[in-house]
Parts: sequence; structure tokens; C-alpha cells
Amino acid sequence: MENTINLSLLDGVLSEYAEVKGSLITILQHTQEIYGYLPKEAIELISEKTGIATSDIMGVGTFYTQFRFEPVGKYLIMLCQGTACHVNSSELILQTIQDELGIDDGQTTEDGLFSLKCVACLGCCSLSPVMMINEDTYGSLTPDKTKKILKELREAAL
Amino acid sequence: MRIVIGQGSCGIAAGAEKVRKALLNVDVRCDISITGCIGMCYLEPIVDIYDDNNTLTRLVKVSETDAQAIADYVNNGDKSAVEKLIVTEEDSQFLTKQTRIALRNCGIINPEEITAYTATGGYDALKKALGMTPEEVIDIIKVSGLAGRGGAGFPTWFKWNAARQSAGEEKYLICNADEGDPGAFMDRAVIESDPHNLIEGMLIGAYAIGAKHAVVYVRAEYPLAIKRLKNAILQATEAGIIGENIFGSNFSCDFMIKAGAGAFVCGEETALIESLEGHRGMPRLKPPFPAQSGFWRKPSNINNVETFANVAWIINNGGEAFAAMGTEGSKGTKVFAVTGKVKRSGLVEIPMGKTLRDVIFDIGGGMKTDKPFKAVQMGGPSGGCIPADLIDTVIDYKALGATGAIMGSGGMVVMDESTCMVGMAKFFLDFTAKESCGKCIHCRIGTKRMLEMLERITNGDGKEGDIELLEELCYSEYEAHIHDKKCPAGECSALIEYTINADKCRGCTLCARNCPVGAITGTVKNPHVIDTDKCIKCGKCYSVCRFDAVVKA
Repeated sequence: MENTINLSLLDGVLSEYAEVKGSLITILQHTQEIYGYLPKEAIELISEKTGIATSDIMGVGTFYTQFRFEPVGKYLIMLCQGTACHVNSSELILQTIQDELGIDDGQTTEDGLFSLKCVACLGCCSLSPVMMINEDTYGSLTPDKTKKILKELREAAL
Repeated sequence: MRIVIGQGSCGIAAGAEKVRKALLNVDVRCDISITGCIGMCYLEPIVDIYDDNNTLTRLVKVSETDAQAIADYVNNGDKSAVEKLIVTEEDSQFLTKQTRIALRNCGIINPEEITAYTATGGYDALKKALGMTPEEVIDIIKVSGLAGRGGAGFPTWFKWNAARQSAGEEKYLICNADEGDPGAFMDRAVIESDPHNLIEGMLIGAYAIGAKHAVVYVRAEYPLAIKRLKNAILQATEAGIIGENIFGSNFSCDFMIKAGAGAFVCGEETALIESLEGHRGMPRLKPPFPAQSGFWRKPSNINNVETFANVAWIINNGGEAFAAMGTEGSKGTKVFAVTGKVKRSGLVEIPMGKTLRDVIFDIGGGMKTDKPFKAVQMGGPSGGCIPADLIDTVIDYKALGATGAIMGSGGMVVMDESTCMVGMAKFFLDFTAKESCGKCIHCRIGTKRMLEMLERITNGDGKEGDIELLEELCYSEYEAHIHDKKCPAGECSALIEYTINADKCRGCTLCARNCPVGAITGTVKNPHVIDTDKCIKCGKCYSVCRFDAVVKA
């Protein structure tokens, strides 16, 4: 995986933001959009172009929950951990996902299909418990509904 | 006739976009457009049909399979097929009992069209303000009594005045849209549903303090809000409302959006500024305050989205009109995101001075379960839980503060008897321990140690002396966990025992088939039994039983 990083994909982002002060977070966000995570080689290139030390970039990258340093699966499940979801039994949904996929928070299934991440409130509290999978939001989850969604996604990927 | 579909994030998640696509695929002979969040989140997806006299027929919980029925109604006036979707009188009262100022256009106008906003008199307040001196604008805000809606309730005019009087040519006006409190989504709704109202409020604020740059810091978790705000900024720039010499005046102001990257602490204004500058979001020491030294060390003023959403209305209607609502110490209205175990969840804007009962029972309809109301969580991780015996507390900064909670940004998570208060405290400590920026030892170490104690207590290993250490927390429920090894709410799995009520059990075998450890025995059509020694308390039997025969205690 590491060998296939195409750093030229960063050219546009770096030419637009490298010289603009205060843009590190924006650059990292674009980088993650391109690669799905922050590859080591990309961080080194960003450091070279912006003059920000790699240690500082890592300091910022690890501070914010949005950033990842490992590739994620085809489907990134973001399970909301907000208060309303907690009150409406999001714990049961977490357990269902763990049982169905055999992964914990922060892990990816062996087939590379699903990654699970528990996240802060997604702001769709009226539909709690809620999860987002890639760009789509799924609300009013029950264990059965969750299993069905996962099954459909798995079949769609085949 | 025209059709308007509610498309806030919640509406889309509930299926509003599927409904819109389905309507485009059938022959509907009228205009189909979108609006933002109507606020009746529990009834999404919502389709509003306006006739030529602008009389509204509201359809709720619509699905894509209803498209043909809607087409028949619009094309031929055949109401029979949509009758079952029409909102009930009782549900309509969810909105009619509210007083909407910050949310006045939400769920009514199209948030993606500037003309929809100007048609309601949008940007008139900015024109009016530019005809006054900045001091006169600040004075109107002072008369209104508007206070920071992000939670602290600090007088807005005071902050504006401090930034105005701060020396320096270059100043910044910043909007805090990093809505981090779990359970709060008022700001998201305002940006998604009425972005021009936010822009107008910010431009008035920028004029008042003398700033030429306006910045919005939005959570990255709100992609739709960012998209609609970007679109609105573009439209306002094209219309000459953002940029040089706005409306032919000497006032110029540019606009910028910065997306946050997920850190609760960035809701604090100096941490937010650090994040804007591209650093870790660690709070700065105060003083100096942002009004003296903020973004790029220049004088800066930071207000929350809802605060700005009130500004244009105040300029148009006068400070007195706003101050006429509310209590002595808290003026105007406040928006709440009411969620949890409440029957009607959604956005509620009411004048200050109403009670929690008004919001949760009169507007919210009480509990959606058959269990009694237990408490309401307000103010997110910095707030607290207000118990049932304080339900008549008046909504006012001071009165809510006296309960030990705070007004907060407006999240109201309603809980019934099935929510464990010890578990709730553990939930928030888990949150604050994870989100601690690590700068101060009290928070970095303290939250972790308290979390460890609560984990012990909820696992049934609580010991004498724990309560004294946690004494400011909810007392009796902690005692039950520690002394009796019981969780009265039935939430802490280590303290629960599952049994089967033989009278209710029909012997359907569903529980036995679902038990992962084979702890349930019994034959078809005969009551089953749980072997409590084998039981791992996973709760599967409880959740699958269709006859309420599994008892959790």
C-alpha cells in the first residue's frame, strides 16, 4: 500500500495553500480526502513545502479526531456517541456491529470492506441512535435494522 | 400550487431526498423546491403543499411510495390518498406554540436561493444599520438585552463594544459554529436552513466593531451546512452584499469559512482561534481577551450562530421589541434541540420565562415510552441533569444556573426512568476525558480518575468512600449501585439479572435460539428459564422477546 502513494495528487492543494499561513488543517483535510488517510510520505512532503516540522504536523494530526493515519475500509461506519443516542441505546447498536463484523472501534475487517469508528455527536439527535456510513446517514437504528444495512452493503460490494 | 420538501440533514437522513426524486419521476404539475429544517424532526420526511392562496397542507412521514398519491392530489385535487399523511392538529401545535425569531425563516424559505431571503425583507436590516453609526447599532443591541446563545450568556453589546474600542485597524469578526455539545443541533439547522440570516447578522456585527474580515468556524461533521453556507456567501458576494463598499457605503468586509477537524475544546473561543491559525486547539490564557488580542493577535469578536441569527430581526424591529420578551435577566427567545425519550423531538424556540414543563410536556408531548420522566440534561458536558422535581424551573440564565445545570447552547436530552444517572455521568466523563486537550492537570488527570471510579461502580465494584469523592453527583442512585449492587434504571449490565416471567412466556423459543451462551432452556409452548450462572447479561433475550416476558431487574 505504502509504495503506491501518488504524491503528485497533492500538487494542487500545496500550490494553493502551502504559502497561506494558518492553512495546515485545511491541507491535512484535503490530503485525507485524496488518500482516505494521512500517509507518511504525504506528511513529509507537506512539511517540506510548508516549512512546518513533521513533529508539529503530527501534533496537529493526532489532536483532531477527524484525521487517520491508516487506510480505512470501503465503508467507514461512524457510530454516533452523542447523548441522545446514548439515551436511546446506541450501546446495543455498537454491540450488533461488533458481533456482525468482528471488529472494535478503530478497526477494519480483514476483507477491507468495513471500518468502525465511534464519533462525537453527528447532530441528527431526533433520529437517534444514528450512524453514518461514508456520506449516508442511517437513523432510528435497531439491531435488526443495523444487520440488514450491513448485509445490503456487503452484497452491494460483491 | 407548489411543493416544498424539508431538506435539513435530519430530513435527508429520514428519506426526504428519496421522496423528492420519486416526485420528480411521477407527473406532478407544479413547482417542486426545497426548504431547510422545519423543526418537526420526529415527523420527517415532511412535504408541504401550498395552494394558489398560499394555504398550507402539510404531509408528514412521507415515503417515496406516496409520490403518486401526492401527484393525484396536486393534479386533480384528489385528497383521499394523502388524507392519512396530513399532519394532525395536535402535531401542528408543536409549531404554533413556539415564538420564532432566530428560526423565523427555517423550514419556510429555500436556503439555496438569495432571492428567497430578500423576499422576506432579508438584508434590509444591514442597509438600515449602515445608515447608523456603529455606536448606534451597538446601542440597539444593548437595549435588546441579547446575550451570547452559545451558553455563557454574556451580553453581546459588551463584547462588540470592547472590540470596537480596541486599538488597531485590522479586526476580525468570528462566528463560532463548532457546535460540539452532544445533543445540540440548533446551529446546524440555522446554517442549513437560513444561511443568509447568519451572514446578515455577522455583517452587522462586523460593521459595529469595525472589522473588515468575517470568519465562520464550522464543524467538519456538518457537510451540508458548509455547502449551503459556501453557496450563500457566493450569492451574497455576487449581489455586492459581501465585498467592497457594501450597498454603496464605506463599509467593506470579506468572508471566509474554516472547517473544524473534530475537537470539542475548540468551542472555547481561544482554542477556536488557535485552531483557525492551524494549530492544536489548546486554549490561551486570558487576559488578553480576544477583543484585545485574538485571531493573528488582532482584536477579534466571537459570537455563536444563534446570537447572530437574532441580530437582523433586532435591527428591523428595535431592541425594545426583543427585550419585551423574556424575564428580567434573560431577554428574547431561546432555541432548544429537544431529543431523547420525548415524544415530539425537534427544534423548539420559545420566549425566555417559559418553564421546562412547557417545553418537554406541552410542546414536546411528554415521554414517548410508558415510563415516567426522570431528568433532562442541559448544557452538554459543561451542564448538568435537572431532575423531575425541578420540572417547573423557569428558562432563564439565573434560574437554570441555580439548579446546578446551565442554559447551555440549547441541547435538551430528555430521560425517562430507564436511563441510569450513574451511567449518564460515566458517559459524560468518558466524553470529557477523551476530549480533554491536556493542558490543565485538573481536567487531564481528574476526569480520568473519576471515570475509573464510575467504571468500577457501574461494574458492581463500588466501595465505601466513593460517594464522598463524587458527592456533588446524584446521591441515591449511586448508593443503590454501591450498597445494594443494583442499578435502578436497569442499564448497568453488571448489576442486572434477567429472568423470565412464566405467566407471560408463550414458549416461542426465540430467546433460547438467540442466547449466545445457551443459558436459556425450555420446550416449545412451555415457559423458558434462564440459568443466571451461565447468563452473560448481553440483553439479547430481552430485546428479541415479543411478549415482554423477559424481566430485567
